[in-house]
Amino acid sequence: MEGVSQEVALGRSFEKVNAILKKHAYNPSNLVGILQEVQEEYRYLPEEILTYIATALGVSPAYVYGVATFYAQFSLKPKGKNIIRVCDGTACHVKGSSAVLKYVREYLGLREGEETTPDLLFTVETVACIGACALAPAMMVNDDVYGLLDEEKVKEILERYEEGREGADGV
Amino acid sequence: MSNGVEKKVVVIDGQEVALNGEKNILEVAKKANIDIPTFCYHSDLSVYGACRMCLVEVEGRGLMPSCSTPPEPGMIIRTNTARVLEARRTILELYLANHERDCTVCERNLNCRLQEMSARMGIKEVRFGERKEKVPKDTSTFSLVRDPNRCILCGDCVRACREIEGIGIYDFTLRGSKAQVEPAFGKKLSEVECVYCGQCAIRCPTAALVVKSEVDKAWEAVLDKEKFVVAQIAPAVRVAIGEAFGLPPGEITTGKIVAALKKIGFDRVYDTSFSADLTVLEEAEEFFKRLQKGERLPQFTSCCPSWVVYAERNYPFYLEHLSSARSPQQMFGSVIKNFVTRLENVPKEKIVSVSIMPCVAKKFEARRPEYVHGEIPDVDIVLSAQETIRMIKSANIDFKELDPVPFDIPLSAGSGAGVLFGVTGGVTEAVLRYAYERLTGKELKEVEFKGVRGLESVREAEVDFDGRTVKVAIVHGLARAQQLIREVREGKRYYDFIEVMSCPGGCIGGGGMPLGYPDYLAVLRKRAEGLYNADRLSPVRKAQDNPAIKFLYEQWLKHPGSETAEEHLHTRYRSRRRISDEVIRIQEAKSAQKVDVAVCVGTSCYLKGSYNLLQGLLKLIKEHKLEDKVSVGATFCLERCSQGPNIRVNDEVISGVNEENLERVFNEEILSKVKE
Ligand code: SF4
Ligand code: SF4
Ligand code: FES
Ligand code: FES
Repeated sequence: MEGVSQEVALGRSFEKVNAILKKHAYNPSNLVGILQEVQEEYRYLPEEILTYIATALGVSPAYVYGVATFYAQFSLKPKGKNIIRVCDGTACHVKGSSAVLKYVREYLGLREGEETTPDLLFTVETVACIGACALAPAMMVNDDVYGLLDEEKVKEILERYEEGREGADGV
Repeated sequence: MSNGVEKKVVVIDGQEVALNGEKNILEVAKKANIDIPTFCYHSDLSVYGACRMCLVEVEGRGLMPSCSTPPEPGMIIRTNTARVLEARRTILELYLANHERDCTVCERNLNCRLQEMSARMGIKEVRFGERKEKVPKDTSTFSLVRDPNRCILCGDCVRACREIEGIGIYDFTLRGSKAQVEPAFGKKLSEVECVYCGQCAIRCPTAALVVKSEVDKAWEAVLDKEKFVVAQIAPAVRVAIGEAFGLPPGEITTGKIVAALKKIGFDRVYDTSFSADLTVLEEAEEFFKRLQKGERLPQFTSCCPSWVVYAERNYPFYLEHLSSARSPQQMFGSVIKNFVTRLENVPKEKIVSVSIMPCVAKKFEARRPEYVHGEIPDVDIVLSAQETIRMIKSANIDFKELDPVPFDIPLSAGSGAGVLFGVTGGVTEAVLRYAYERLTGKELKEVEFKGVRGLESVREAEVDFDGRTVKVAIVHGLARAQQLIREVREGKRYYDFIEVMSCPGGCIGGGGMPLGYPDYLAVLRKRAEGLYNADRLSPVRKAQDNPAIKFLYEQWLKHPGSETAEEHLHTRYRSRRRISDEVIRIQEAKSAQKVDVAVCVGTSCYLKGSYNLLQGLLKLIKEHKLEDKVSVGATFCLERCSQGPNIRVNDEVISGVNEENLERVFNEEILSKVKE
């Protein structure tokens, strides 16, 4: 998406929503599939778009909202460009994953209940076991795994992403 | 067992019961006078089977929910074994663990299913933890209060709104321990498409959804010596208020209600059936004229405020077809503030007009801006039957023993026709009684139009007006109304007159009536019968024969449809926004002098192809390389639905845009502004 202004992306996405609806023949029983594809487009499910989908499918907005909140895979809040997943599996938990989460949140300056930075650069989530138990405590940023984390290391990693030098040298 | 199979019986708590097409064990139990506890079962809604209160033990099968298990010949059922009782208790405790337990100060104290069941099961302690987080109440509408802290997730409101009204305001959201029942995006009821009918509230087993009370305001008024407090009583409440005092549903308690209100301190008590007669004359006169000219047919009734607001949001093309006659409540409101003032010689500011209604949408109707003049509304306070009952109780009145008192004169009782307004089909019947005589010039001998009576959700009848066949349809519940109207629009059905009521059974099933557990339909039938009896017992059965009505026309209104009548008894409708102001941003221009364009994708415009307009517009903007000067968005409803598709350019709404004229509209309305 580099170089493309967010606004133009919005326009393209909205056209895409209509294409998705059409592809699913405006069939309300395909709602989950429709929402999946729309989320891929917007990276989350904006409220107005959900209302629009309800209008187009002829169902109530409450129904669409109900489905969108039922599945953990859907997000109704905007997601950051980089998704940080702090592992909270048993191994990481024992080795101090809550401290890692704290470092991450502090570094990003997230307030209570906030998961995404206001500049939409980062979203923080916790996940169960990412399969890097040997490196506990561990986290993933997008598709890259980082292990044996401490405050210093967390800071270093996030700095890199901030500057756009991401992904260079995993672990 | 094989014996039972042959005989087509089941044994329930040791009692043999013959099967006769019952759909579930619950119905069979009722036949045997066994009252199985339920939360989520309602005889007029689909079966959901989620609350598990109704568990019974079926031999060889274990615990089963009786509301969703069909009876089979030979079944041996027990409703009160140790296992059943233990299971039921545990379930109740789980509900209670998540529920506020300050019953003494609750709106539904002594009128709550959850409380009743806990008492019945003898719950003495709750073994599970307590709910910690408190969520704010939603008090955003005039009609209802929603308190999520008391919700037990039975889903009754979800189904009521979806199945009866076809709207679907609520749904289950999130899941597991976070699960909730709420409107879309957790919004308030005033921000969604709720029509304030209260059908959800009347089925909610707890105080999670209740009528918004105006009882305190009413007490304040009657206790204020300076005020002259005038009440009007709607037809339907007279056959229901008695239920709260141990009288059977359907028993006519008009005189007792008047007596109770007088004891409470109301200065005058009038009958809304009287103003229903006025509605009949005004509405039937309008119908008569339309029939003669053959225009604006079908004529839709307009006395149900939920239906009116629903039509304003969804049927812009039919607003001209709605009768312009105000509802009986608002007609009486107008009579009170414009005529009773003269009659009693009290200034407007001193009069407090209170209406006693079966309905909670009437609370909303009374506040519509067209019915409030300056600061003074035609109707100041609307009390539902439920609130009226509470007032009577707190005034220490032994309702059952009251001697009946008549309505105040000279605007005394209404005709039988007016009384019928309380039941589905009643408005139609009342209008026919007038229109027949008006159109044929002959006296109507057989006043009862049996064909329009009954509780089927859609009924139709053809009436012979001396050679001219008049086709009428009656529908109650907006879900069925939507279907019927779709068919009328598609030309599959034709009618001259359509009566729409939002509540099942009409006003007798209003959202402000006493709760009718467990068999609501049976209660409705009795209330309907009560109103038909009241009509039969009326000395005057046609609105036009009501001497009090004649008096009012002589003294004030002159004749139906007169200028005075137009001013005080009629109204106008307008398209209303369905969804609160949301804009989907599609293209954001950077220029400081940008032009803001929004294309309406509200339902009405969407169906007329506004999406294609949006695409066309984006293309035109691209061709002219104006992406930086024109912002484009999609918006929901610009409140001009009948002239749609609509677009908004800066602050101006342009109607009737279509693919043919789009380019011209673009050149004239958008391009010109860019250049400026
Ligand atoms: S009041 Fe009527 S329209 Fe509003 S949520 Fe309840 S059932 Fe639905
Ligand atoms: S609000 Fe009432 S009716 Fe609706 S789910 Fe909660 S308890 Fe049931
Ligand atoms: S499960 Fe039967 S009444 Fe709720
Ligand atoms: S849907 Fe109402 S103006 Fe477009």
